Amino acid sequence: MKSLILFLILLTLWLLMSGHYSILIISLGIFSCAFCVYVAKRGKLIDDEGLPIFFIPRLLNYLIWLFKEILKSNLSTAKVIINGKVEPETFTVKASQVTDVAKVTYANSITLTPGTVTTKMQKDVFEVHALNSDFGNDVRTNEMDNKVTWLEGKK
Amino acid sequence: MFLAALIACAITGILILVRIILGKTTFDRILAVNSLGTVIVIGISLHGFYSSRPEFLDIAIVYALINFIGTVAVLKLFSTGSLGGDT
Amino acid sequence: MELILDIFTGICFFIGSLSIIIGACGLIKLPDVFSRIHAAGMIDTGGTAFFILGMVFQTGWSLITVKLILIGVFIFFTSPVTSHVTANLARQKNILPVGKKIGKIL
Repeated sequence: MKSLILFLILLTLWLLMSGHYSILIISLGIFSCAFCVYVAKRGKLIDDEGLPIFFIPRLLNYLIWLFKEILKSNLSTAKVIINGKVEPETFTVKASQVTDVAKVTYANSITLTPGTVTTKMQKDVFEVHALNSDFGNDVRTNEMDNKVTWLEGKK
Repeated sequence: MFLAALIACAITGILILVRIILGKTTFDRILAVNSLGTVIVIGISLHGFYSSRPEFLDIAIVYALINFIGTVAVLKLFSTGSLGGDT
Repeated sequence: MELILDIFTGICFFIGSLSIIIGACGLIKLPDVFSRIHAAGMIDTGGTAFFILGMVFQTGWSLITVKLILIGVFIFFTSPVTSHVTANLARQKNILPVGKKIGKIL
């Protein structure tokens, strides 16, 4: 089942990237996609971690919220760089997700918003470096943590 | 319009080169090289539009991938002293 | 119609250029590695997002748009990974961030 989904994703990517639709090119594409799926299956890469399909139903909603957040923190980071008021701080937060994929998603979301970076992680404790105490407070309110837990949908 | 954006990319590239030269630690340089790669990806796509040949986008995709893999490979070599082989 | 799209592209390019130039200034100005990662993140997210949006306004709907969005997705996924790897390795080599530390850090 998951192999089929991976095959369809790869084939869509091939068709969109090539732009040539003759029999020869499409059959070459099908062959190479099947070979990729075979290699991934042999390496035991197709599981919940390699292909997190349980994210998909709520993904769009989360992405829109994340883009809004990135835009806001881009503006604040630009202000901090121009003003030159830099007071970095380092602290730890606790992640409340169950699976590893969701934890990685949370850490990547923290890093993706400019102004906060995940520097280290042990089990479910993240060490976060923030450019300013405002950015730090944004992470410490746990809003993003709750959003990612909702995105995971296992609780 | 595309020319103005290209000039902005060039200015950014020069500013990043200053950081690469000043350096101090290795991580500063690696970070700056990665940012320079991102700016070059934008520059390649803009140049493709500027000379009205959008085939340049394929090169930009490949450059983005190689930029990522190169950065991670250099960091891995720096951290463990090998790239995963026997020696 | 053409004129409106051109104006949108111009606005997007202006914001993107401002974003990457401020990011590069931050890369020079900020005090240590961990702070500079924020400036690099600004180049990776704000700059590329607005430039790609501006170029999408120029192409309309075609295979080229798909390729542009694909570049955006690649950079969107790979940028936090490189940032995190750099920061993590800097911490492993015992470079401590400047500024105050709240509570016990790892």
